[in-house]
Amino acid sequence: MDEANLVEQKVYAKSESLTRVTTHYCPGCTHGVAHKLIAEVIDEMGIREDTIGVAPVGCSVFAYNYFNMDFAEAAHGRAPAMATGLKRVSPDKFVFTYQGDGDLASIGMAEITHAAGRGENITVIFINNAIYGMTGGQMAPTTVPGQKTTSTPMGRDIEMHGFPIRMCEILSQFDGASYIVRRSLHNYANIRKAKKAIRQAFETQKQGIGFSMVELLSNCPTNWGVSVEDSLKWIEDHMIPMFPLGDYKIHPALKKGTRS
Amino acid sequence: MAKELLKGNIAFAEAAIRAGCEAYFGYPITPQTEALEHMSQRMPALGRVFLQAESEVAAINMVYGAASAGVRVMSSSSSPGVSLMMEGISYIAGSEVPAVLVDVMRGGPGLGNIAPSQGDYLQIVKGGGHGDYKLIVLAPATIQELIDLTVEAFDLAEKYRTIVVVLADGSIGQMMEPAELPPMRPVRPVEDRPDWALTGAKGRKSQFISSIYLDPVEEEVFNLKLREKYRLIEENEVRYKESALEDAEIAIVAFGTAGRISQSAMKMAREEGIRVGIFRPISLYPFPYELIKEIREKVRAILVVEMSGGQMLEDVKLAVEGRIPVHFYGRMGGVLPLPDEILEEIRKAKSELVEVSR
Repeated sequence: MDEANLVEQKVYAKSESLTRVTTHYCPGCTHGVAHKLIAEVIDEMGIREDTIGVAPVGCSVFAYNYFNMDFAEAAHGRAPAMATGLKRVSPDKFVFTYQGDGDLASIGMAEITHAAGRGENITVIFINNAIYGMTGGQMAPTTVPGQKTTSTPMGRDIEMHGFPIRMCEILSQFDGASYIVRRSLHNYANIRKAKKAIRQAFETQKQGIGFSMVELLSNCPTNWGVSVEDSLKWIEDHMIPMFPLGDYKIHPALKKGTRS
Repeated sequence: MAKELLKGNIAFAEAAIRAGCEAYFGYPITPQTEALEHMSQRMPALGRVFLQAESEVAAINMVYGAASAGVRVMSSSSSPGVSLMMEGISYIAGSEVPAVLVDVMRGGPGLGNIAPSQGDYLQIVKGGGHGDYKLIVLAPATIQELIDLTVEAFDLAEKYRTIVVVLADGSIGQMMEPAELPPMRPVRPVEDRPDWALTGAKGRKSQFISSIYLDPVEEEVFNLKLREKYRLIEENEVRYKESALEDAEIAIVAFGTAGRISQSAMKMAREEGIRVGIFRPISLYPFPYELIKEIREKVRAILVVEMSGGQMLEDVKLAVEGRIPVHFYGRMGGVLPLPDEILEEIRKAKSELVEVSR
């Protein structure tokens, strides 16, 4: 082929909404996938300069180092309250929280439910990996029955520890919640669906019609004590039966213009 | 502007509005609830933010969020509610965002009651939340001071990027007296928000607000930076009022309502020929240690009066360094000290002086 006719075509670029730093996440952890999906959605919507994120306490406490946009770091579980404060005084900005299961479904239960109840016009990305990652693998409110953690060494016994909490099922009951869905990051097909859902959640906020949350079933190979490959299989075999994927609440205004 | 008859809780809420407060987040608790109610009506009418939070925990974190966006923001509460805010206060101190909090103190510990108290002194002045931090704490004794200090609190909060607490008590919150409100200041336009604020990374690098320094050395460097800020505050922001100390043999040291009640006791004592003066700290942090050191050289005894078991007493003793006797009279549980009770303590202190001189 004539060299002069060669055309360089860019087929992939790292998202503008991500910084050029190496993350501290463990190898094979799906936090990286979740970050990438959010960043791509923000890029595609062209809202990076109008977005403020709120990081939680947990493994993603340093999310502000990885997202190339304004960010706040909240107290444990309080991200929805902090996001409420930010959003109420900056209604023209996109405000989202990124929270794990301990942060959102345990210590932050009051803040997340009331943000949903108020129909707070924020977006929540909820990473559910059924364990406390940063503190080294203790039982989370989403730990499944029988699952071994460092604080349930014999496996989660429902007689002693009670049952896992399903957040989409709870939050979808609130009139203020407009978009509540559960997706999974355990394989490529599901990752594509997760991205569409994240887009729809930010579109919900754009339309100003209330609270949106995407729950992402995620892995924790380090604290589950399994290989990355097995961890993805574990999501499919043990988490999806307990936390069924699906749309739990879709506001009628979204159904009309839905893209996914 | 003319004086009007104002209730304390409404006076500080309206003063905050006139100081340009853009957002209020709170939770109902007696004896400060009228402030929340006033805000619920006035703030939306002015196109500003009012939100009743699900708890004081949420309220202070909403304040944290709004403060991170660079707006003038406040909350108000009373003792048990303020206890719940301690986590958020520590985070705000650790992130250096400005905010204002009014604590209308009530009797405790625990649920206690709804009567006036000064039992939050140690919690507010010495910390309460975790970590090495200080808050500027201002204690009013009248409705006029409550108004003026609330306005000043917003300016100081921004000047030092810190929380400023106006430490009032149930009687100041609930009583009515004539006072003058300040003129309305305009709210700061969005484009004038401070350069550190989270406003979206348009035309600039992205930035974050956080209180985490995982590396101990970095955390210590940050702590030293805070220390330097506190040193500046100690140097420049001491506030107090004194009366009749020129010829005094006994000085009463009391803040807020206790200081005000002590005025009556002082007059009664002087009618009996006991030369009493009053030193009333207004800034509880920074505490006027140096001024009390000067007073200890002039008087022969100090009487500390508080609506607590003796909390500020510790700071007065630190300043006096054992040089002269320090007496204490305190009422707890929401009971006010009465002038004749304080007079009795003055007489006791005086009689001990006579014994010493014999």
